[in-house]
Amino acid sequence: MIRVQQEDFDVGAEIARLRADRTDIGAIVTFLGTVRDQGGAVAEMTLEHYSGMTEDELSRIEEEAHARWPLQASLIVHRYGSLRPGDNIVLVATASEHRDAAFDAAKFLMDYLKTRAPFWKREDGPGGPRWIEADARDETSMTRWDKSSAAE
Amino acid sequence: MRLLYFAWVKEKAGVAAEEIQPPEGVATVAELIVWLKARGPEFANAFARAEVIRAAIDRSHVRHDASIAGAREIAFFPPVTGG
Repeated sequence: MIRVQQEDFDVGAEIARLRADRTDIGAIVTFLGTVRDQGGAVAEMTLEHYSGMTEDELSRIEEEAHARWPLQASLIVHRYGSLRPGDNIVLVATASEHRDAAFDAAKFLMDYLKTRAPFWKREDGPGGPRWIEADARDETSMTRWDKSSAAE
Repeated sequence: MRLLYFAWVKEKAGVAAEEIQPPEGVATVAELIVWLKARGPEFANAFARAEVIRAAIDRSHVRHDASIAGAREIAFFPPVTGG
């Protein structure tokens, strides 16, 4: 399941909902991304997104993860709007029978989300507003999931 | 067709969304960018580094050599930075 929302989320409640009434799950991996202040340089972070495409893209990414790993459930929650240091940004959770699939799929989801989901971060602080530049390492991280190298 | 701009592309162009009808001969995303740049200094500035601008047609990522024939919505934006 995917959700794009302005409001905060509760990690415990999200996990509880993901596994509600299920006894077949053996492993749940969660990733939580949060706003960091970078030593006082960031007072506010604004996340803009392309409403409509964001949901489409996250759904495609999630489908791809389910096609690659035996996942029993998954969740992507991503916030947009005005955030402050310490605030939650993104939650990815994956559930499977064994841990490897859950760990790998969670990493895959984050790597793909970083390079495909149409979100843009703008930081504001003492130095004025600044759009975050994409990190070339994110692109490199994603190539590890190319079909040719991830076949095993 | 409807054009959408996001993040610093939107700020530099000074517009978030607009309806346009590109002239005959503008067949690809790259050609559309060239046409947009000629519309004025704001667009010339927004698309100055055309190679870093990403595009989506009808909510799917496309390359600059993609055809815009039949497109309803084309979006231009910087490389994404979510997560």
